[in-house]
Amino acid sequence: MRNLLKIGAALFGFALAASGTGHAQQIAKVSPELVEQVVKSTWKAPAEGWQARVDQDETQRVCTEARNNPKGAEFDKIIAREAAAIVYPADGNMLGDWKAGERVAQIGTGGQFSDKADGPRGGNCYACHQMAPKELSYGTLGPSLAEYGKIRKYAAADAKAAYAKIYNAQAVQPCSNMPRFGHNKFLTEQQMKDVTAYLFDPESPVNK
Amino acid sequence: MRNFGWSCLVAALVWWPLGAFAQPAADATEKEIEKYRAMISDPMANPGFLNVDRGEALWATKRGTKNVSLEGCDLGEGAGKLEGAYAKLPRFFADAGKVLDLEQRLLWCMETVQGFDTKDAIKRRFSGPGVVSDMEDLVGYIANKSNGMKFAMPLAHAKEQEMYAVGEAIFFRRSAVMDFSCATCHAEEGKRIRLQGLPNLAKPGKPSQETMGSWPTYRVSQSQMRTMQHRLWDCYRQMRMPPPDYASDGLTALTVYLTKNAEGGEILVPSIKR
Repeated sequence: MRNLLKIGAALFGFALAASGTGHAQQIAKVSPELVEQVVKSTWKAPAEGWQARVDQDETQRVCTEARNNPKGAEFDKIIAREAAAIVYPADGNMLGDWKAGERVAQIGTGGQFSDKADGPRGGNCYACHQMAPKELSYGTLGPSLAEYGKIRKYAAADAKAAYAKIYNAQAVQPCSNMPRFGHNKFLTEQQMKDVTAYLFDPESPVNK
Repeated sequence: MRNFGWSCLVAALVWWPLGAFAQPAADATEKEIEKYRAMISDPMANPGFLNVDRGEALWATKRGTKNVSLEGCDLGEGAGKLEGAYAKLPRFFADAGKVLDLEQRLLWCMETVQGFDTKDAIKRRFSGPGVVSDMEDLVGYIANKSNGMKFAMPLAHAKEQEMYAVGEAIFFRRSAVMDFSCATCHAEEGKRIRLQGLPNLAKPGKPSQETMGSWPTYRVSQSQMRTMQHRLWDCYRQMRMPPPDYASDGLTALTVYLTKNAEGGEILVPSIKR
């Protein structure tokens, strides 16, 4: 199917291709303009402040087009653009309170249209990552982070790299599935420091 | 995320005795979830059939300025013909000039065939405490008339093919404060969010067939019948997007894409899910 879709291109037009199987399939490829037109008609009047969530920024647009596999110049451009926008803590300290970081890692609410604006907001890290080995309810969309700091001998440079990854995963890996928590202002600087401490504090259950 | 509460309960019951062996424990959890699904999957005890009965009555009720029932509504197989209609939706309707899913077609019929003002039906699109949804009832009734049949959208008209391609593009479209698309969670095999298994809906196959073939469904956790419209609305909620408009073209495009990937899958509805 995917291969069929790659055939043909013209704006609003179709390039039709017949597959050899079953009832001859003919699949069209559509223009990004038409897709965006349908998106607009699906979110006609978002509440105040929400339109920006429907619109894509340049990185989201490129990653969508490239199906998360950007090549060459596009790849480099994303890294450069996203890395340039990272803001590190002014005092150079990447590590907050690991206990607060554990809460940030556990909380899965915040930012949904069903959530109260002042309700709890977390990074929901456990939705995708194994972290503390004692926590058995973890997802597998992202790699395991068990013993993350311990494996890295609690090195300061690695803690800074982890903070950067949390702040903007795409500065490290273009089109990563991981949210850009700092870049999109989803988590506060303190929350990101706390999660970094959850990964890097020798007392954190992540390293036990 | 509200699914996590139940998952965690099962985790507590199933995982603790197994200790720290995460992978076998995950498999055991999956088995327990399967057991739970089998346990609640009893048509005689599925409250979703109350919706089916209400939908049947509503289908035959004369309403609107024309004071006629929906029996004059053509869902693609001919006016009033319900058997197998759901299995072939969404599809192109020449009288409407566009591709419509079941909900869009029902609204079109209410307005055009019955002369019925749909404002109130749209307002009550999702049922809740004290709120009955005509749309959920009708979808439950009509989808049930395709029970035991297999998904077979025609996908022959150029507009249907166009909607398929738009749906695929929207499935992979990243947006909002978490940069998510549908594909973030549903384009790989064997992944989990917390303990919840995630079906790969980005290609034809059993996960797509079983997922699409079990909607509409009675959600035990919500005590309501829910349709694919609601499921997609709930996905976008978790993706941190604004609520998508009910019966909008983007949701129909996604439904075309998902239903094509479910082609050949058996329809068993209303199902019952946690």
